[in-house]
Amino acid sequence: MTSVQHLAPLAIVIPMLAACVIAGLSFLPRRVHELVALAAALATTTLCAILLVHAKHGQIVYWLGGWKPHHGVALGISLTVDQFGAGIAMLTGVLVVASLVYSTRYYDEVDGPYFALVMTFMSGMVAFSLTGDLFDMFVFFELMSVAAFALTAVRIEERGPIQGAINFAVTNSVAGFGLLVGIALLYGRTGALNLAQIGQALDHHPADALVAVALLLIVAAFLTKAAAVPFHFWLADAHAVAPAPVSILFSGVMVELGVFGAARVLNTAFAQPIEPSLHDLRMVLVAVGTVTAVVAAFNCFQQRHLKRLLAFSTISHMGIIICGLALLTDRALAGAAAYALGHGLAKGALFLGTGTLLYHYGAIDEFELRGRGRDLPVLGIVFVAGALVLASAPLVTTFFGKSLIEDAALSADYEWLPAVLALCSALTAGALLRATARIFLGWGVDAPLSDRTDSEERSQQESSQEEGADVEPHGHTPALLVAVPAVLVVAAIVAGLVPELVPSVERAAAHFRDHASYAGAVLAGRPPQLAPVVESHVKATAWIYALASTAGALLLAGMGLRGRHVLPAGIADALRAAHSGHIGDYIAWWTFGMAIFGGLVLWAVAG
Amino acid sequence: MSFLPYAVAAWLFVVGLYGIVTSRHLVHLAVCLTVVQSSTYLILLSTGYVRHGSAPIYADIPPVSTAVDPVVQALTLTDIVVESTITALLLALAVQAMKRFGSVDPSFLRQLRG
Repeated sequence: MTSVQHLAPLAIVIPMLAACVIAGLSFLPRRVHELVALAAALATTTLCAILLVHAKHGQIVYWLGGWKPHHGVALGISLTVDQFGAGIAMLTGVLVVASLVYSTRYYDEVDGPYFALVMTFMSGMVAFSLTGDLFDMFVFFELMSVAAFALTAVRIEERGPIQGAINFAVTNSVAGFGLLVGIALLYGRTGALNLAQIGQALDHHPADALVAVALLLIVAAFLTKAAAVPFHFWLADAHAVAPAPVSILFSGVMVELGVFGAARVLNTAFAQPIEPSLHDLRMVLVAVGTVTAVVAAFNCFQQRHLKRLLAFSTISHMGIIICGLALLTDRALAGAAAYALGHGLAKGALFLGTGTLLYHYGAIDEFELRGRGRDLPVLGIVFVAGALVLASAPLVTTFFGKSLIEDAALSADYEWLPAVLALCSALTAGALLRATARIFLGWGVDAPLSDRTDSEERSQQESSQEEGADVEPHGHTPALLVAVPAVLVVAAIVAGLVPELVPSVERAAAHFRDHASYAGAVLAGRPPQLAPVVESHVKATAWIYALASTAGALLLAGMGLRGRHVLPAGIADALRAAHSGHIGDYIAWWTFGMAIFGGLVLWAVAG
Repeated sequence: MSFLPYAVAAWLFVVGLYGIVTSRHLVHLAVCLTVVQSSTYLILLSTGYVRHGSAPIYADIPPVSTAVDPVVQALTLTDIVVESTITALLLALAVQAMKRFGSVDPSFLRQLRG
């Protein structure tokens, strides 16, 4: 416990330095860049693992420049590392390593700036997870965003990536400015930027209108990053057009960081002001999570473009994770974290798997690839395993996460929530199973059985234009491009079975939500007093929901193979039409969402 | 202390959003985004403003004299850096959009739908 805090800034600086080295030495051959990036990513992952182990005993606090708080007043900037922060930073590290290993064979041509951007992106994400300062959260939010915008458009000569990057950049920037306004308002009220200090200043005061507006702007910005409906339009565009090794970072950890950020501010700065209104705020946030999960699940089922299908599935699963945050209890948050771990690894495997299909066949459309996947049987198994994780099938990691969320929902009188979430799991997993069976086994109809020809033609055109319009099919696949997704999907399945993992996530969640212990550790340097956590056991109902969603997925996949739709044509077309690809429409939706969500939050918190 | 800066900031945020929603030109859209961002400068600076305060540089004035809050000025500077990065990126994307779509009207960017 003596000097481990010095590792925290290193975890941020190493990828940043690697980015500078790669950008500065861009004349060196590609293999050198890959080696530098990989070494930096491995070092950072190791540091995060060490931090994770040490954070078990309490927050690790590092004051930059040695500016420690005096008499409980913090002027300096702190890194405040707890298990959740270190854990999500480590997940970032693991996915970056997987992405870099995969990209050694995936790209035919790639230059230095790409690796510099990946390292910058990594540095921003790790710093966002480890910081204890609200303004730093904004800075790193923007750092990872800007790197992500550029990475989306890395294939700058194609049309899809240009449009996707514009939509992504504008939506996230507007949300970021809202975040900054919220921070400025809070600073005006409290004179503090450190999360613990803000929390202390707001303690013992019920939230007034100004605090409520600040909370709204900050949480809405993080929910935009987390792709909550109706702030979610950017995600489908950006994830579908980014190259596969970038998409896994987007879906696997970047959007989860949005929920992490919201959880962080709600449990530190705003912990006391929201205390009297927990019941109403829970209702609002659960509504957001549920709408996100349901709308995106139906959108997902309609897709035939594999990456877009996975992107919508990510939005839907983010809805489930947001529900875990929304219930505002230790158990639900633990569930969200375990779920995010399983989902992040599985989505990583699936996005890389689609990348491999693109590499081999030069296509990514479900109907175009029908029956052609027989050359890559292992990849088919990866897809089926990934679908099991999405369905939260019994004993995979997401099953444990979801059972905690369900448990918390039942104790908070949201009896309907588990059934709705099971439906969303079944729809997203069903869509993936349908595509897998069609591609790898050649099952099902070979063209959409639809009289809605205009919309199908449209989707055919668009699907041929997203990532890979210019990709030449290679006709063969290096073993590495199958091995990396396979390793990730195995990790996604067995992580939850590691003994002690789920109980320690529960303890970490209780620790994360302990507002007083956080403030004490940061401002007074007190070792935390951890209350013992009652560990929960998987209940019989969780098995029923898990089996139901798995069976539902198989059923829906069967329906999909026969060309059936799950929604009436009018609603289905309306859902598709909302994703117009026009940035003006997206910002109009964002403003509309702010009006509704804002009204509800203000009613709940200040009303 | 007046509410005027806050009212102006709210106006800038909303009018910038209106500009983005109705924009027919990507360069205009990038400028509208900077209009939204100017509201954050205004909020930050007015938060730290002290009437009759001097600049927070204590080299040639007694350390007890009133000065405006230097923290928000540092935040504003950071904000400007963020702003210029995003604008540069968006303008570069606008150039590419002109090359690949033959138009900088967002209505003609029709690659991604549904």
